[in-house]
Amino acid sequence: MHAANTSLHQSTHPAGSPKKARNFRWRVVDIVVASVIGVASGVIFWAWGLAWSPLSTILAFTPGLEGLLAGGWLFAGVLGGLIIRKPGAAVYTEVVAAVVSMLIGTQWGFSTLIWGVVEGLGAEIILALFLYANWRLGVALLAGAGAGVAVGLLDTTLTSYAVLDFGYKVVYFVSAVVSGTVLAGLLSWLAVRGLARTGALGRFAAGREGSRAPSAARS
Amino acid sequence: MSLLTPSIRPSAVARLNPVAKLAVALIVSCALLLSIDWVSAGVALLLEAVLLIWSGLSARQFWLRTIPVWIAAPMASITTVLYGEDSGALLWQGGFISVTEGSAQLGLAIGLRVLAIGLPGIVLLATTDPTDLADGLAQVLHLPARFVLGGLAGLRLVGMFIEDWHSLTLARRARGVGDGGGVRGAARRFFGPAFALLVISVRRGSKLATAMEARGFGSDEPRTWARPSRVRAADAVLVCLGLMISGIAIAAAVLAGTWSFVLA
Amino acid sequence: MSSTPTRDPQREAAQIRAHGWGWRHAGRHNNAVSGLDLQIHPGERVLLLGASGAGKSTLMHALAGVLGDAEDGEETGSLLIDGRRAAEARGRVGLVLQDPDSQVVLARVGDDVAFGCENLAVPRAEIWPRVRCALAEVGLDLPLDHPTSSLSGGQKQRLALAGVLAMQPGLLLLDEPTANLDPGGVIDVRDAVVRSLEHSGATLIVIEHRVEVWQDVVDRVIVLDPVGGVLADGPTREVLSGQGERLARAGVWVPSRPPRFPTRRPTGRPEALLRAEGLRVGRVPFGRRTASVVARDITLGVHAGTATVVTGANGAGKSTLALTLAGLLAPAGGTLRASSAFADGIGAEPHRWRSRQLLTRIGTVFQDPEHQFLAATVRDDLLIGPRALGLSVAEQTRRVDELMGRLRLDHLADANPFTLSGGEKRRMSVATVLATRPRLLVLDEPTFGQDSRTWQELVGFLAELLDEGTALVAVTHDAQFVSALADEEYRLGAADPIPLGVGAP
Repeated sequence: MHAANTSLHQSTHPAGSPKKARNFRWRVVDIVVASVIGVASGVIFWAWGLAWSPLSTILAFTPGLEGLLAGGWLFAGVLGGLIIRKPGAAVYTEVVAAVVSMLIGTQWGFSTLIWGVVEGLGAEIILALFLYANWRLGVALLAGAGAGVAVGLLDTTLTSYAVLDFGYKVVYFVSAVVSGTVLAGLLSWLAVRGLARTGALGRFAAGREGSRAPSAARS
Repeated sequence: MSLLTPSIRPSAVARLNPVAKLAVALIVSCALLLSIDWVSAGVALLLEAVLLIWSGLSARQFWLRTIPVWIAAPMASITTVLYGEDSGALLWQGGFISVTEGSAQLGLAIGLRVLAIGLPGIVLLATTDPTDLADGLAQVLHLPARFVLGGLAGLRLVGMFIEDWHSLTLARRARGVGDGGGVRGAARRFFGPAFALLVISVRRGSKLATAMEARGFGSDEPRTWARPSRVRAADAVLVCLGLMISGIAIAAAVLAGTWSFVLA
Repeated sequence: MSSTPTRDPQREAAQIRAHGWGWRHAGRHNNAVSGLDLQIHPGERVLLLGASGAGKSTLMHALAGVLGDAEDGEETGSLLIDGRRAAEARGRVGLVLQDPDSQVVLARVGDDVAFGCENLAVPRAEIWPRVRCALAEVGLDLPLDHPTSSLSGGQKQRLALAGVLAMQPGLLLLDEPTANLDPGGVIDVRDAVVRSLEHSGATLIVIEHRVEVWQDVVDRVIVLDPVGGVLADGPTREVLSGQGERLARAGVWVPSRPPRFPTRRPTGRPEALLRAEGLRVGRVPFGRRTASVVARDITLGVHAGTATVVTGANGAGKSTLALTLAGLLAPAGGTLRASSAFADGIGAEPHRWRSRQLLTRIGTVFQDPEHQFLAATVRDDLLIGPRALGLSVAEQTRRVDELMGRLRLDHLADANPFTLSGGEKRRMSVATVLATRPRLLVLDEPTFGQDSRTWQELVGFLAELLDEGTALVAVTHDAQFVSALADEEYRLGAADPIPLGVGAP
C-alpha cells in the first residue's frame, strides 16, 4: 500500500531552505492523521448518503444529474493526499472513509468498500502522475476529476444506472467528473490551506510551506 | 449506542471472527453485483432473511440501523421504473418518462438487489466491535499492523465529535451568530463548526500519534497481540453459507433465464 | 488471580547525559534548545522548570525519541540514555503528556494498557499480569473491558500512566500531566506516580508549573534558560529560593511567592440581573426529548458588580448550570428570569432570547477557548460581535483596538487564533466576549491550566470589570480564584475534596 523504499537522509544545510531527499515511508503521525481525516470523512459520507435519496429524486427529473452529488464521496482521498503527500495516501484515506460509512450503515452495503478503493485509485493515479511532487491547485482539481472519472465509470457499469439509456449515462458521467473537480478537488484544496494557517499541520510539509499570514511566535 | 461503536449482545454471531463476517458480506455482494435481475436478488434476500433471525440484533436496533436501506430501495426502484431501459410492451408515457414491462422488471430487480446487498452488510458489521475487527484484519489477513491500529485510533478520536459539535454550536449562539442570516448564515453554521472540528481532530491526531510512538508503536519490529484473533469452525461454516447463498441465487437466476451478466 | 510479573533487567533506572545538545524544529528559524549540558543519575527525581519557550517539552520529546527524523528538524550535539541515542531506546522511556483525551489509544481499559507491551513484543502470557499490576499501581480499580470514553480526566491520565508503567520503563517523563485536571485528579495522579516510583525506582523527570504539587516528590530542580543552556541546577530548596523571584515572574507557581490579589473598589448599588428559583438544570442527550437532570433546587440571584462563584466536585453539574444561566441551555425545570432592566424589552427567559440579543446582555467564556474561534485572524474574530450588533465600522474598529490594547493582543492582531499560546487564547476569548459590552459575564473554569502570570493578569482584569459594574458568574475549582474575587459562593453538591493553593489575601 505504501512504497517500501526508504531514502537516505541527507544532512540539512545550516541556513536557508534545506535540500532533503524525499522520504516516502509513512510515519505514525501520517497514519493517524490520515485515519482521522478518513474517519471524519466517513461520517460525512454516511450523512451524505442519507441525504442522497431525497436529493437524487429531486434531481431525477433529468436522470443522470445525480452525478452532481457524487463528489460528496470523493473528497476524502484528495484531502488525504494533499495533506500526507505520500504514495497511497489518497487510497488509504478514501478506503477508511468508505469502511466507516459502511460500518455505520449505508444502503450500498459492502459495495461501498469496492467503490472506495476505485475512487481512491482515481485520485491516486493523478497524484502519482505528478510524481507526488506537485501539490498546487491544478493538481488538486485534476485529482478530484480523476476520482470523478472513476466513480462515473463504476456507477454507469455496475449500478442501477447501467440500465439507463446511453444519453443519460453520459450526463451522469460528465456531472460526476464536474462534481469531483469542484467538491473533491477545490474544496479539499481550500480546506488544506485553511488548516495550514491554523498551525494544525505543523508536522506536515503542507503546513510548513510558509503561509503568508503571520502566526504568533511559537517555540 | 454510539453511531460508530455498536452495542453488541453476546450471541453466536457476535463471537464469530469479524474477518469471516467481512468475507461473507463481500462474497454475497460481489455475486449479486454481477447481474441485475429479480430472481437472483430475490432468492438471495430470502435466504439471508432466514439467517438474519440469528443475528443477535434486537428488532428495534435492526429496524433503526437498516432504515437507510428501506428508504433507498423503493426510491431506486421507482427511478429505474421511470427512466430505465425500455423493452417489451409500453405501459405509460409522459415526456422523458416511459414505463415499459422491461423497465418495470428492472425496477423490481434493482429494489430487491439494494435490499439483498444492504441488509446483511449492515447487520454483520453492526454486531462487530471495531477493536476485534482490527485484530482480525492484522492477525488473520496479515494487513500491516501500523495501518490497522492507526486507523482504529483515528476511529476513536472521531467518536468525540458529537460533544465537540454541541459545544461549537453553543459557542456560536453565545457569539451572536447562532441563528438568523438566512441561507448564508445556515451554511456558515454548518461549515464553520465542521472546519473547527477538522482542526481540532487533526491536532488531537498529531498528539495521539506522539503518544503512540512514545509507547513503542510504529517501528518495523515484530509485535505481539494481547487479544488473539482465531478462526474457528463456526467461521468456516459462515463462509460456506455465504458461498451457498450466492451459488443458489446465481443458479436460480440462470435456470429461470433472467440472468443478465452486467459486464457482457 | 494475577501473578506478579518477573522483574525485567529493562526496568533498571536510566541514566541521562547531554553534551551541547540542541534541536531546531523544521520550519522555524531559532533553536528550541541549544547548548544543553547535563547529567541525570539513575533513580534521581527531577523537576524541570523554565519560562515558556525554554524548550522543556522539546527536551522531553527528545528523550522519549518522538521528535522525529531529519524531516522534522535538525539536531546538534548528543543526548544519550544509558549510552544509547534516544530513538534506539524506545521502551526504556515512558512519556505522559498533558491532554487526557489525546493519549487514549483503544476503547477498553485493559486493551489500552496492554498496547505498549504489545508494541515491545512482550509475550502474551506476560502482558495481562503486567496490565493488572499497572492498573493496581495507579489505583484504577476498573474491569478490563470498561470503556475508556467514560473515564474522567484524572482517570484518563492515570490510564495513560498505567499504559506507560506496563512497559516497565527505566525513565519516566511527565510533561505537565496535571495541567488539565481538577484538584482531586491532580492529587490522584501525583500519588499514583509516587507509588509506582517506590516500586520501580525509575528515574523521573517532570515538567509542571505548579511546583507545590511536586516539590516533596523531587529532590532536584533544573531550570532551563530560554536563551540556551541551564540556568540553575541543584536541590529543590536551593533552586527555589535562589531562582524563586525569576521563576515567579516567568509564570511558575512558586509556593513562597503567591500571586498578588487585586484590590476591589466597588461602586454603586448592586442591581439584580437574574434570578433562579428552584431551578433544575440538565442536558438533553442525543436522540431523546427530555433532559437528564444533573442538579436541582437551585436558588440564586446574580447582581451587577458582584462575582458569584459556583463550586463543587466534578460531575455536580457546574458547567451545565453556567450554560443555563448564560441562556445557552434551556432549564429542565424551575424558573430562571431576568429582571426587566436586564431584559430591556424582550422576554424574561434568557434561553428564548435570540443570539444577537444575548450579545449585549450575557457573554460566555467557554472552558476550551478554541471552541469559540470563528475567524482566521484575531482582529476579524473580535470584529464579529460588534458587526453582528450592527455598529458602524468606525465604532467597531474603535472598540476592537481598545480591547486589544487593554488585553495586550495588539501584536497578535493578524495571527491565526489557533496559533496562540494558552494564555493568549484565554485573553482573546475574553476579549471577543467583551467587544459587545455584556452586563453579565459567565466564565467556565477561567483559570484552568494557567501559569501564575496569566492568572494574575486575568484576575486583575476581572476585578476591573467588576468595579465597572459588570456581573460575574464563574464556575471554578480554583480556591485561590475564589479567595481573590468571589463575593458570593454557591456550592453544588459536595464540596471539592481537596482545596489546592490558598494564596495570600
